[in-house]
Amino acid sequence: MSFLTVAFAALFYAAFIVLVVGVGRKIFIFAKTPAPLKIPTTPAPTTQSGVVMRMFREVVLFESLFKSTKWTWLFGWMFHMALFAILFRHLRYFQDPIWAPVDWVSPLIKYLAFAMIAGLLGLWARRLLVDRVRYISAPSDHLMLLLLLLIGLSGAMTTFVVHTDVVAVKEFFRSLITFSWGSVPNLPGDPIILIHLLLVATLMIIFPVSKLLHAPGVFFSPGRNQVDNPRERRHIADWARRLEQQQ
Amino acid sequence: MAKADFKVPELQEYPEIPALVEGTMAHSKPFLSKPEFQAELGFPGELVDGWEGKAIAKMGELLGKYRSFQVYLDSCVKCGACTDKCHYYLGTQDPKNMPVGRQDLLRKVYRRYYTFAGKYFPKLVGAADLTREVLDDWYSYFHQCSQCRRCSVFCPYGIDTAEISMAAREIMDSIGVGQKYCNEIIGKVFKIGNNLGLPGPALEDTLEGLEEDVLDDTGVAVKYPVNQKGAEILLVTPSADFFAEPHVDGLIGYGKVFHEAGVSWTLSTHASEAANFGMFIGSYENMRRVSMRVREAALELGVKRIVFGECGHAWRVAYSFLNTLAGPWDFLDPNYPVPQHIMEFTWDQIQKGNLKLDKSKNDDKVLTYHDSCNVARASRMGDKPGGQFDIPRAVIKAVCNQFVDMPADTIRESTFCCGGGGGLLTDDLMEVRVKGAKPRMEALHTVVEENGVTHMAAICAICKSQFTKVLPYYGMDMDQIVSVHQLVSNAIVLTGQISEEDEGEAAEEEAED
Repeated sequence: MSFLTVAFAALFYAAFIVLVVGVGRKIFIFAKTPAPLKIPTTPAPTTQSGVVMRMFREVVLFESLFKSTKWTWLFGWMFHMALFAILFRHLRYFQDPIWAPVDWVSPLIKYLAFAMIAGLLGLWARRLLVDRVRYISAPSDHLMLLLLLLIGLSGAMTTFVVHTDVVAVKEFFRSLITFSWGSVPNLPGDPIILIHLLLVATLMIIFPVSKLLHAPGVFFSPGRNQVDNPRERRHIADWARRLEQQQ
Repeated sequence: MAKADFKVPELQEYPEIPALVEGTMAHSKPFLSKPEFQAELGFPGELVDGWEGKAIAKMGELLGKYRSFQVYLDSCVKCGACTDKCHYYLGTQDPKNMPVGRQDLLRKVYRRYYTFAGKYFPKLVGAADLTREVLDDWYSYFHQCSQCRRCSVFCPYGIDTAEISMAAREIMDSIGVGQKYCNEIIGKVFKIGNNLGLPGPALEDTLEGLEEDVLDDTGVAVKYPVNQKGAEILLVTPSADFFAEPHVDGLIGYGKVFHEAGVSWTLSTHASEAANFGMFIGSYENMRRVSMRVREAALELGVKRIVFGECGHAWRVAYSFLNTLAGPWDFLDPNYPVPQHIMEFTWDQIQKGNLKLDKSKNDDKVLTYHDSCNVARASRMGDKPGGQFDIPRAVIKAVCNQFVDMPADTIRESTFCCGGGGGLLTDDLMEVRVKGAKPRMEALHTVVEENGVTHMAAICAICKSQFTKVLPYYGMDMDQIVSVHQLVSNAIVLTGQISEEDEGEAAEEEAED
């Protein structure tokens, strides 16, 4: 095993642990923090199944963003949906045998890299050109877009420009996820794929300490996930109940 | 036009998103609460020693108590969706009045003290220490938010700036920096029973006066009872309804509806206020204490139902929080929701055909309707989502012939706040109130010009007071704002009421004699 291979193996184990533990910890905090009052943004669904539908529209269609700003919605939705499709396609690099649905859609999905890149460029253009969005942008907001853009570009290059030895990369990850440490094959020395992998690991590490927490956050937003039924059912948090018992 | 020592924005025919201009409202600050009022609410009298540490600790406490606060501080991606949605930004161009700009005043401190990135890379993520300048910004800009929730409609994560500004005010109160207007008023509620400090005997006098007025007008003895034990309904209404214009005309209307419905009802001197300013300052304890008066009054008077009068945030607290804060309501009649809005009550009576209505009595007006922010985005009426939009309009259409809605992006869930909500309805904040009213004034002006609208109806005491004050700044007339139940009152023909024609005939007969 080359030094490079060992370093990347260690990096990906570390990144994976940081991602899972970090996001898991945050989800635990979100979940255990009580929501003492009913505060759904109304009109809101009056049933639990209605809330599931509202959340579905929010997460899949970006309903609220669509109401707000069509350009941001267009670029944001394009980027996210392309990213999810591409992540789905990436399952093929970890599965053996490859799950049939992944295999079927793979040839089409690879072109979505361009949609992802276009979406990111559009979002960045808004951040630079619209005075209000420029005002609220911290350096990290620009760097996050840069990071995602470089991931998209380097990934697209391995497919469309400089073909990388995908089989070797896959074997590398297969041996990591099956803990077959005795037989980890060397990563190809191709700089594009190495940059791609390095940036992805960076993203995984940054995830739990950055605004990417919006991904779990949206599911815990009381404005979106609460049922509008305060008159029908008494809603009370434990700390508020203790307050009642004191008096 | 009213005189102003600041520039009143010009209304545009086609409203545009203005370019941002930094610091235009940095000077706007409400008066500080005095030590004696702070003490009444359980807050320190003035800025405490070591306030920085105490504020940070309070922030930590709130992060553990409110999921909204924690999730909303973590989830913002700075997408900009909210940046053009706040009426205060649209009216002042100050970027700290953009919802995300306002949130970031607090979020940058949260990041500095409670996140990895903010602790180790503050510049990178825009984190900042809590300094005197930051505290001054908090005091200024968290009192330029009316907690109207318009931003939360458009945020892809439902982030609600109201939650952040409530938390910020709670943190400031906890270190002795309170706002005079809100905290004095909460003190009056505890001492006297209502926001205006109107004592029991004065209230009884006022109600007697109303009974005489209605008798003179209609020849019918409509009662406006107070502290009547055994009445079926307890009416809890904002105290402005007892004397302010056009509020009182609404109260006259409620009384006429109850009279025609044939139900017994009563006001209470103990709970002679629907408003709950505890919400504005984000204080669960104070909000609960204010709410408990309603429970105590209901128990004391032995009523079976509770109905709330025309009020905005009061209806939010009543509809969304009352069951939590002062429930359970197992001692009331289970056949009715607790509480009910007067609009639900009246609409039910109209549908049952219990009210005789003469729409032509409002023919001198062309109406539009202002959806009050907290009713629209933080509550409901009836049993279907959106009833809070449809029921008031249905009532207006049942009592008026001429009704026109304002442009679609300024009503219903997208309604603009009046500019005076959330504890800003005080003269020391007049500039931000006038400027914040601009988007609503523009929408109103549009239907005035295009559809000949003469009056705007509302169902919130704050909206009514705010528009009465602000309309003249924009070259319109303070009388153009009316209560919905004022329209009901005009149209309702009481059983046994002497009509104007009858009066005319009677006068002629008298002349002949």
